[in-house]
Amino acid sequence: MSTLLAFLAAAEPATQGIDPWIAFFSLITVVITVGMGFWTAGKSKSAGDFFVAGRSVSVGWNASAISGEYLSAASFMGVAGMVMLNGYDALWYPVCYACGYLFLLLFIAGPLRRFGAYTIPDFAEGRYDSPLFRKIAVCFVLFIGFFYTMPQMKGAGTTLAYIFPGLHYSVGVIVVGAVITLNVALGGMKGITLVQAFQYWLKVFAITVPIFVIAAVVGHYQSHLEANKTAQETVAAAPAGIERKALPAKAPKDEQWIAPFGSLTTKAVDTAIKAAKTPEEKAALEANKKPYSLLYTYSLIIALVCGTAGLPHILVRFYTNPDGVAAKRTTMWVMILIGVFYVFPPIYGVIGRSLTPELYDAVGSKGTDKVVLELPTLLAGRDYPLLGSILSGITCAGAFAAFMSTFSGLLVSMSSALAHDIYGRMLKPESSPEQRLKAFKWAAVIIGVVSVGLGTQVEKLNINYLVGQAFAIAAASYFPLLFMSVWWRGMTMKGAATGMLAGGLLALGSIFLTTLSDVYGFAGLADFWVAHPLLRILCEQPAIWAVPLSITLMIVVSKLTAATIPADVRMKMLVLHAPEALGLKQEYIKEHEGLGGH
Amino acid sequence: MSESSPTPDPIHSDAFLARLMSGQLKLSIACALCFIVALVALPLLNYFQPEFMAQRVYGFTLTWLILGVLFFPFVWIISYVFIKRSIALEDAEAKAAQDGLKK
Repeated sequence: MSTLLAFLAAAEPATQGIDPWIAFFSLITVVITVGMGFWTAGKSKSAGDFFVAGRSVSVGWNASAISGEYLSAASFMGVAGMVMLNGYDALWYPVCYACGYLFLLLFIAGPLRRFGAYTIPDFAEGRYDSPLFRKIAVCFVLFIGFFYTMPQMKGAGTTLAYIFPGLHYSVGVIVVGAVITLNVALGGMKGITLVQAFQYWLKVFAITVPIFVIAAVVGHYQSHLEANKTAQETVAAAPAGIERKALPAKAPKDEQWIAPFGSLTTKAVDTAIKAAKTPEEKAALEANKKPYSLLYTYSLIIALVCGTAGLPHILVRFYTNPDGVAAKRTTMWVMILIGVFYVFPPIYGVIGRSLTPELYDAVGSKGTDKVVLELPTLLAGRDYPLLGSILSGITCAGAFAAFMSTFSGLLVSMSSALAHDIYGRMLKPESSPEQRLKAFKWAAVIIGVVSVGLGTQVEKLNINYLVGQAFAIAAASYFPLLFMSVWWRGMTMKGAATGMLAGGLLALGSIFLTTLSDVYGFAGLADFWVAHPLLRILCEQPAIWAVPLSITLMIVVSKLTAATIPADVRMKMLVLHAPEALGLKQEYIKEHEGLGGH
Repeated sequence: MSESSPTPDPIHSDAFLARLMSGQLKLSIACALCFIVALVALPLLNYFQPEFMAQRVYGFTLTWLILGVLFFPFVWIISYVFIKRSIALEDAEAKAAQDGLKK
């Protein structure tokens, strides 16, 4: 903590114009988070405590903690920024973030909990009796995890650059990354559960209270939506007293912004139309615009819904429920808690479009991603200077809570994968619990450093967009693995591994191609996208082909290798599906101990 | 126990497992269908009935109101129904299996 304070003090002269209220609230959030981590660190002693909190967390705590971990920088800042930037199409993000949980509840949560394993790799190995498959699964935990840490880091950099004007983006990333890594290395998951639960409530407070006050002063959600005219309306029917600043040329037009199939989903075709030479070419592209846009929308929905069901750091929390019924109740509460939250970020985007349109012109950490932080300060220009600062301070605190909690959760799940799976099971199976605990701390430090390094590279990309990509990869790899392993007896290890690897790697590869041209400006590739807008859409949103491909491969390869179906598959399936009251789990463990374990 | 020699024990029979899984899967799929139909239908409505979906309802456009606000309670209802039924189903399964053992 003192190092952070010293750093802030040193940064002071270079960063004039810091609002004391904003800095105060942000600092309080960090201090409470770190303080709780240290406080609970003394309470978590055993390795079990560190990995899954001794599996004794109550439904209320666990639901708050899952929600706290889930509501990331993408939800808190990214959704508002994206709604402001793209309008209606961006609403699919919050809706699918929330609704993807339903898929988890319907198909995966209960069985996985009954099977009882610490991590996804545990499940992969237990279901197929294959240490090799564990290694593959571990690699994917790390892959998807790193993809998901990048937007959190972008959120951190953006927020710190907002609080300390003049501070470089990457400095913010480094400071926040260091603080959280330290916290996780010292506290483990027991600490995290408490901290996450607290942070959920902080985030809800920070997103709701300021927007109620802002709406009371500048006009309501609907009124600002009415200020945007639809294609059918000739003039905007905004109620009297709704102020609207002129939109810069870069901002999308009203009709596009408020209606479906707007700038987010038609970007690829629009770019191609701009480059088209003949009128015939243009007309052909125009005709394709809407169908392609529909395709983009469906692919995005599949990625977000299936991706939620496959996010490793969320899944591991189901093991902290005392039983399967509690796991289901927890999911119900999570859905309510995050659903309530997600109604609010779009309001910031809508009001932001009316009142802070200058953000459209900025790029990187100064763009629309910071509308949640910026909007409350408008009140200062409306005779409430103090209130504006305080509310902006509150949303900054919420942003801190958002990226800190999600990054902590990811760090725990990735460090567990490194310490529990790679070190504890592969490198040194004979290691003592103390050695594993030490390995966990070192793993946290290593992963923290890599995440910070990656985070400094993504300033140009939209927070929400980055998260969508992580979800697409999870949707094409983990979701088919979990879904098929739970419900189909005929799956073999080879089928599962082929499907997961092919789906995940192809999705990763195609996303990487779009990133190459968007971030690093590969000219040849950009030209190719202009010539082939459909391919661009399929690469940017790969879920629509990658998820079916992965499932098909799993079925085909499993059929071909049907001889290698695990011998005790019926017992495994019983453990996955039979009510816990029958005590099959204990029976299963005894049998395996009799065989010398695995 | 091995796959080739079915025991008379009802819990470990193939029939019990098949019944167990198909009961659970039917419930899950029925609930998932409600949700998938809505997810598929909304973009289609936007596509084929843009004017209808763009009409103003309390200042929102109809489609904005559905997606930005009403979708959340809709999913809560599905999950509530699922959890009620799924817990009841498990209780019934456990009871049936234990009764079978006593015979």
